[in-house]
Amino acid sequence: MISVSNAVVRYPGARDNALDGASLEALPGRITAVVGPNGSGKSTVVRTLIGQVELTSGAMRVGAVDVAMADRRLLARTLAVVTQREELAFPLPVREYVMFGRYPHHGAWSALGAADDRLVDAAALRVGASDLLDRRTDELSGGEWQRARLARALAQGGDVLVLDEPGTFLDVAHEMALFELLDGLAREGRTILLVSHQLNLVARFAAHIVLLDHGRVVAAGTPADVMRGDVLEPVYHWPLVVSRDPAVGAPVLVPLRKR
Amino acid sequence: MLLAVALVAACAAGLALGPVPIGLGDVARALVGVGEPQAIAIVRDLRLSRMVLAIITGAGLGMSGAALQGTLRNALAEPYLLGVSGGAAVGAVLAVVAGLTTAIALPVAAFAGALSAVVLVLLIARAARGRADPRILLMAGVVVGAFANAAIMVLLAGAGEGTVRNALWWMMGSVAGADWSTIRWLALYAIGGAAALVAVARDIDLLALGEDAAAGLGVHVARATRRIFLLAALLAAVTVAGAGLVGFVGLIVPALARALGARRARVVLLASAVLGAALVVGADVVARTVRAPAELPLGAVTALIGVPFFLVRLRRVS
Repeated sequence: MISVSNAVVRYPGARDNALDGASLEALPGRITAVVGPNGSGKSTVVRTLIGQVELTSGAMRVGAVDVAMADRRLLARTLAVVTQREELAFPLPVREYVMFGRYPHHGAWSALGAADDRLVDAAALRVGASDLLDRRTDELSGGEWQRARLARALAQGGDVLVLDEPGTFLDVAHEMALFELLDGLAREGRTILLVSHQLNLVARFAAHIVLLDHGRVVAAGTPADVMRGDVLEPVYHWPLVVSRDPAVGAPVLVPLRKR
Repeated sequence: MLLAVALVAACAAGLALGPVPIGLGDVARALVGVGEPQAIAIVRDLRLSRMVLAIITGAGLGMSGAALQGTLRNALAEPYLLGVSGGAAVGAVLAVVAGLTTAIALPVAAFAGALSAVVLVLLIARAARGRADPRILLMAGVVVGAFANAAIMVLLAGAGEGTVRNALWWMMGSVAGADWSTIRWLALYAIGGAAALVAVARDIDLLALGEDAAAGLGVHVARATRRIFLLAALLAAVTVAGAGLVGFVGLIVPALARALGARRARVVLLASAVLGAALVVGADVVARTVRAPAELPLGAVTALIGVPFFLVRLRRVS
């Protein structure tokens, strides 16, 4: 699980806190989504978890481990992160790329072995990327690349998975396939923390939604609690209506036109 | 395998060819100390020391470039872009202007200049951002390099003709000044730096994915970037201290290693070491045989050999 308590982050030179006393929890076995407008602090949560940003005060824990004190390599064995953007400087065969997920389990001189190969195969199989392993990273489509990245994250072997905007650049079918896959991974007992702008998809797949605004949690709860016009409108500063989708029964957000 | 053959061939040619050609059999005998005293002297004292310095220079520049290109995620990154060459040149020119041109003083001055430039680059980057941001590092390196060039021009503007000539020759690169006592020190530093770089090869692999992705895989990004940067600079400084400025090796050798199929950082580093050594040893052979007994500047020859290689490779890719 991931727990964030009273997290405050202020970037050097910034006027406002990027995170301003935010607390949230992501429990195993379900998808927890963090939503909110651009600049609300969503990505700061992720970047703090991976040690790229330091907490000014408060705490973030993965399981029992305080991320501020953690040995980064040991933490990467529990916590896998699929960041917003990742572009390889030099293309690789996908198998070697997925193998990077095994690096946190090895020191500088210990060799990657047959056990690592098997884990790479298993991770690729789980996300339906087995047929990609022999291709090159620069030959993949957006959806294939996203699956390769998920395979790499699973190969890390941990049970906590954080994804920052994983649906960007994906078409409807790939987007749905990705969310169903994440749903399946959560049902196997993993903790999944999802940062996303796709409120309607999140409402269908996440068990728990945390709404951030100006680095503060302004609402948290089930999709029914958060997906409400009176909750979302003041945060997004745009006229919205939330209705119930007749086919799937989930709340659906429809932004209105101002003119 | 192919690379090792190329290196051995280049080395054999390096020992055999020169103003006084010596057969390969005699070279082998001379190496173990058998045969004509004159052949032994030429092979052991002149050509072997040059060759070892050429190997250190090529391998050092190749590895330095390979590490930087991966870490900075930029195929155009090379050791000289980081202010290393500029700083070393300022150090060397200062030494020349001050009349300190002994076999010890010049390398020490160049080495000190290179390291000061690197420290300056790191300080600028730190002041600008507080982090080891690759783009800021590159920009700081370019700025320090430009400043160094200006300093050199100022220093040489008031210098005598002989001083200018000495400084110019140093800047064109050469392994002719090889001297065993210096080489021993350089080799020690180079081997240490190279081993340390190979030890952080996995960090280089992950940093090539981007900072956040690397951090997610357990890399302490700022610390690892700084460490790799310093090691790469140290290796480049060693080569500059021994051989002056030998351009193009750090840029082209990692690209060639990758073109030959090296992908993981450790393989790219090792292949770049061998390939760089072969290139500089070969270039030195060309430099001292084409217009013998006069010598061509080594830095010019590496570029003359490297550019066509690079172009052929580019054509095949596109």
